Amino acid sequence: MVEPFLFWVIAAITVLPSLALLFARKAVHVAMAVVLVMIGLAVAYVILAAPFLGMVQIVVYTGAVMMMFVFVIMLIGVKGKEDLTETITGQKWLGLLVAAGLGLFLTGVISRVTLNLQDATTGDPEVIAGAIFGKFVVVMETLGFVLIVAAVGALVLSHMPRLTPKHTQKEIAADRIRVGADPVNKPMPGVYARHNALDVPALDPHGEPIDESISRVLEVRHQTQDQEPYHAHLEKGDDK
Amino acid sequence: MSPVAFVYLACVLFAIGSAAVLLRRNAIVAFMGVELMLNAANLAFVGFSRLHGSVDGQVMAFFVMVVAAAEVVVGLAIIVAIFRARQTVSLDEPSELKG
Amino acid sequence: MLDLTWLLIAVPLASAFVLLLAGKRSNGWGHWLGVAASGTAFVVGLLAFLQMLGLDSHDRAHSVHLFEWINTGELNLSAGLLVDPLSLTFVLLVTFVGTLIHIYAVGYMEHDPDRRRFFAYLNLFIAAMLVLVLADSYLLLFVGWEGVGLASYLLIGFWNYRNDYATAANKAFVVNRIGDLGLIFALGLMFTAFGGVDFATVFAGAASASTATLTGIGLALLLAACGKSAQFPLQSWLGDAMAGPTPVSALIHAATMVTAGVYLIVRSAAVFEGAPNAQLVVAIVGAVTLLFGAIVGMAKDDIKKALAASTMSQIGYMMLAAGLGPIGYAFAIFHLVTHGFFKAGMFLGAGSVMHGMKDQVDMRRFGALRTAMVVTWVTFGLGWLAILGVPPFAGFFSKDKIIEAAFVGHGWQPWVFGLTALIGAGLTAFYMSRLFFMTFHGEARWEDGQHPHESPAIMTVPMIVLAVGSAFLGLILATGDRFYTWLEPVTGHAEHGDPVLPIPVIMATTLVLVAIGAGFAWLKYGRADVPLTAPAASLGTIAARNDLFQDSVNRAVFERPGTHLTRTLVYADAAVIDGAVNGTGGGVAKTGEAVRGLQTGKSRSYALLMLVGTLVVAFFAMLGGK
Repeated sequence: MVEPFLFWVIAAITVLPSLALLFARKAVHVAMAVVLVMIGLAVAYVILAAPFLGMVQIVVYTGAVMMMFVFVIMLIGVKGKEDLTETITGQKWLGLLVAAGLGLFLTGVISRVTLNLQDATTGDPEVIAGAIFGKFVVVMETLGFVLIVAAVGALVLSHMPRLTPKHTQKEIAADRIRVGADPVNKPMPGVYARHNALDVPALDPHGEPIDESISRVLEVRHQTQDQEPYHAHLEKGDDK
Repeated sequence: MSPVAFVYLACVLFAIGSAAVLLRRNAIVAFMGVELMLNAANLAFVGFSRLHGSVDGQVMAFFVMVVAAAEVVVGLAIIVAIFRARQTVSLDEPSELKG
Repeated sequence: MLDLTWLLIAVPLASAFVLLLAGKRSNGWGHWLGVAASGTAFVVGLLAFLQMLGLDSHDRAHSVHLFEWINTGELNLSAGLLVDPLSLTFVLLVTFVGTLIHIYAVGYMEHDPDRRRFFAYLNLFIAAMLVLVLADSYLLLFVGWEGVGLASYLLIGFWNYRNDYATAANKAFVVNRIGDLGLIFALGLMFTAFGGVDFATVFAGAASASTATLTGIGLALLLAACGKSAQFPLQSWLGDAMAGPTPVSALIHAATMVTAGVYLIVRSAAVFEGAPNAQLVVAIVGAVTLLFGAIVGMAKDDIKKALAASTMSQIGYMMLAAGLGPIGYAFAIFHLVTHGFFKAGMFLGAGSVMHGMKDQVDMRRFGALRTAMVVTWVTFGLGWLAILGVPPFAGFFSKDKIIEAAFVGHGWQPWVFGLTALIGAGLTAFYMSRLFFMTFHGEARWEDGQHPHESPAIMTVPMIVLAVGSAFLGLILATGDRFYTWLEPVTGHAEHGDPVLPIPVIMATTLVLVAIGAGFAWLKYGRADVPLTAPAASLGTIAARNDLFQDSVNRAVFERPGTHLTRTLVYADAAVIDGAVNGTGGGVAKTGEAVRGLQTGKSRSYALLMLVGTLVVAFFAMLGGK
């Protein structure tokens, strides 16, 4: 048995945001509303003695699926404001009518069913696991296959074919030499026992700091430091 | 109150989701409507599972979630591909099937 | 010899085929082959006649079986010949007159390059006519009927490079076809009523059939006879049929083919005996045509068309006689035979006149030919006297008997028919005398360059023979009633009833009327000047000049409505049937176009449709599950 108050709260936080699906202009608002709906549903699952499922709902749906939606919305264009006026004649009213009819139909069907409340078996992870790997193991394996296929499919679908030929290493080097730039890569910042940072210059064989080893960005940002302390004083030995 | 109330709630959510699929022009929003319909079905499953007192409904809902996730992956990839090709995600744009 | 009577048909038919197939190679001798074929037929017929004379009067009906023709379960018919006095009379008439005309045509068509083809068609006609008169079943008669129709068409339109001649041939054929419908209908009725169409079955069944059936058959046969014999209302083709060469007019449209209708009526005596109403109609048709032909003949200036009108009128006499019952049949045949001689003789005379006057036919351009063409004048004159009915020539014996028989009966019939025949005799005298005097007497009204001369011997000899027949045949055949007794096995012995007027009164009145008619014609055309163009005349004369508007009536009553009906049907076919079919196609296409609007190409409308469908299905599933 469920407390009525709980139910109505859940009802509110699922139905009201879902109306945003119909009325919100920006896709981001819709996505946020749907996130709220998902969370509401997760709470509902917990109420209905399915805690594992509730957690999975939050992790998978809210965390993964809706985030994917948000990523795609960012790709498409966050700012896009959709005009809500209908283009296809009759679609709006007919659509509302059909949807309402669908809702009424389903409600009517449910109302004719007599259901007796049994004792609840709480959907603990152990119980669910026992069912998945016991009774429904084949389904689980198949679903794994489905997931792999989906992933591969997404990769294939989002593959962008190159429009221009790839600029290979050979061409990069050739361009560099043609221009007359230094064919060798720039030296990396220095790595010492006590200093390992991007603003630490590298030392040449004579112990002199190399200016090019520090990124120009730091110089522009005035984040460089004095290079003198890093000057290496080598022991006079064979070098008189 | 009886868990049947949640099933009624699921019916309502399902109707709202189908309305969103029919009425919204933005492909992503319509897709979210589909997701809402799937979730409503899940709610119904869990509600009935509670009524029957077994976990079978919950397991079914779990599997539905898996499938829905896979479906979202592929669906969004498709939407992105179409966007790259046509620079629009309006559902009314591709009308090559017009008779 | 009686068993070899099939030669009568085979020889001319074979000759016709040879002449048609041999083509131009036979141009030199083709006409003589034609003459020989016709002559052979005459010899065979004569021998058969002589043989029959030796037989007892009861044995004279001889059947010659030719072959099994139709063998279905319902109808079993064999093709055969019935050689009896009636058919032999016709055989002799056709072959004798026919051979004479063949000989005449050798001379008449001498300058025509298609002479051989002409003789082929003439032989074809002889063969078909003999099939007609010798057949032992109505179906075989019909074969001959159609054959003479075909030959008539070919011969009328012989000079088919002239459009009006070809049209005249078409007209003859079409009008005859209407008559043929009657014969076909009668065949059908006979088959339904009696189960067979040969003479034996029909005559046996006619004795016990209902009056209605017999009346129907009788009227149908009358329709056929009207078509072939140019009786009212199917008489419009005979005048135009004069477009054919004159030997054709003489043979077919005077002596033989046009008499086929009379043969049919007389042969079907058994049918008409049981249908007195049909017989009355026959008599009425004969009487009407009699007057019709006489009126038209009085106003014609074309010599051949005047003779054609005369033929029409004389056959009206024969029909009237045939419609009077048994007493009339023998008279009808008698008049038929004598008419064959004098009318053919007069046509050959007209041809001789045309030959001498460079094919001129307008009598207003003749006149005083008796000095230029003596033999023609004498032979034509004998024919003229015969047709007037002047004793002792042939027509007197035959026509007077008909007039007497017309006065026999009860009630209104003898008076109407009798007076009609009398008046007809007077009119005949008038117009035939008019023709004779305009052509041979009076002042010469010839055109410039005309040098009328007598025809060669090959043409005059047949004319002389026919003139002798016109003069003496009546006397020979009537003496001792030998012609009537000869025909008795077929026509039956008839009691001569008493006419309502005494016979001497009738005879005298007839002669007086003839004298008045001839005298009037002499005054107007023999003594007075004949104008060169037809003078303005009263309405009656104008009507007579236009054949009493027969063509206009036909056109208004039959042709125009028929054409309209055909056009309406064609239009209805195109509009209604094609319209329905095309409309259905168009409707389907439009429906498709309308439904096409559902395919917007937009996925949301498809989604809506899918959802609607799902709801409907689910609803019905729920209802069904209850």
